[in-house]
Amino acid sequence: MIAFYFFAAIAIGASLMVIAQRNPIYSVLFLIASFGALSGLYVLLDAPFAAVTQIIVYAGAIMVLFLFVVMLLNAPHEDTEHDLRLHPLIRGGPLGFGVVLALVLVLELGAALVGGRESGRFAGGATSSVRAIGRSLFTDYAFAFEATSVLILVAMVGAVVLARREHR
Amino acid sequence: MPTLNQYLVLSAVLFSIGTAGVFVRRNVITILLSVEIMLNAVNLTFVAFGRALGSADGQIIVFFVMTVAAAEAAVGLAIVISLFRHKESLNPDMFTALRW
Repeated sequence: MIAFYFFAAIAIGASLMVIAQRNPIYSVLFLIASFGALSGLYVLLDAPFAAVTQIIVYAGAIMVLFLFVVMLLNAPHEDTEHDLRLHPLIRGGPLGFGVVLALVLVLELGAALVGGRESGRFAGGATSSVRAIGRSLFTDYAFAFEATSVLILVAMVGAVVLARREHR
Repeated sequence: MPTLNQYLVLSAVLFSIGTAGVFVRRNVITILLSVEIMLNAVNLTFVAFGRALGSADGQIIVFFVMTVAAAEAAVGLAIVISLFRHKESLNPDMFTALRW
């Protein structure tokens, strides 16, 4: 129980820092911390495969790609001098919209917590071994798995074509 | 032992943070990072429901979501690089022309 609140606090705090940072590099690093906390939550949920994939694929591959692009573009600061004076989260338009969004969230969470039925505790015992996941992935979900390989190929070709320098 | 409700509330909070990031920030890279936060909130929901139902399907869906997120990040960042080359800016308000 303590571990759940610990990881949940890290995940929420780091995610808030992601959208509150001016410099995208800090945003990426805070997002990696948030992914680490989510990985801990997956371990608490008896999902070791999801936890390890989260670290390897998200924190290891996708975030390195983001970091690489941020450093490649070398444009850390956001737009004009008007924005340099005010923090990005407290400008006129965003502030009003954020207040509305936060109110809606609080109302909906309150309604869900008060009106909803209390869910029972999880059944005991580990239910999902990596062996079961692999068997299911290559039998029941074999078509989706192969379609994923085509998707990755298309994404790779598309990224190369989009980022290529044009020859005139 | 936390209940399913607590995981769902945490997921809803993370998803809202990601949504707020997409609407509020004026930096294309930060917007993409907020989309990643939203995808991860949904992943947490899948794993929590899979655990509650005692099935491995939740983790399999998470695997596919991660694959799509990787493809999305690769194509999205390639588009960001291409846009930055043309406009020297990352502000989405700068990209108003349909062709150049």
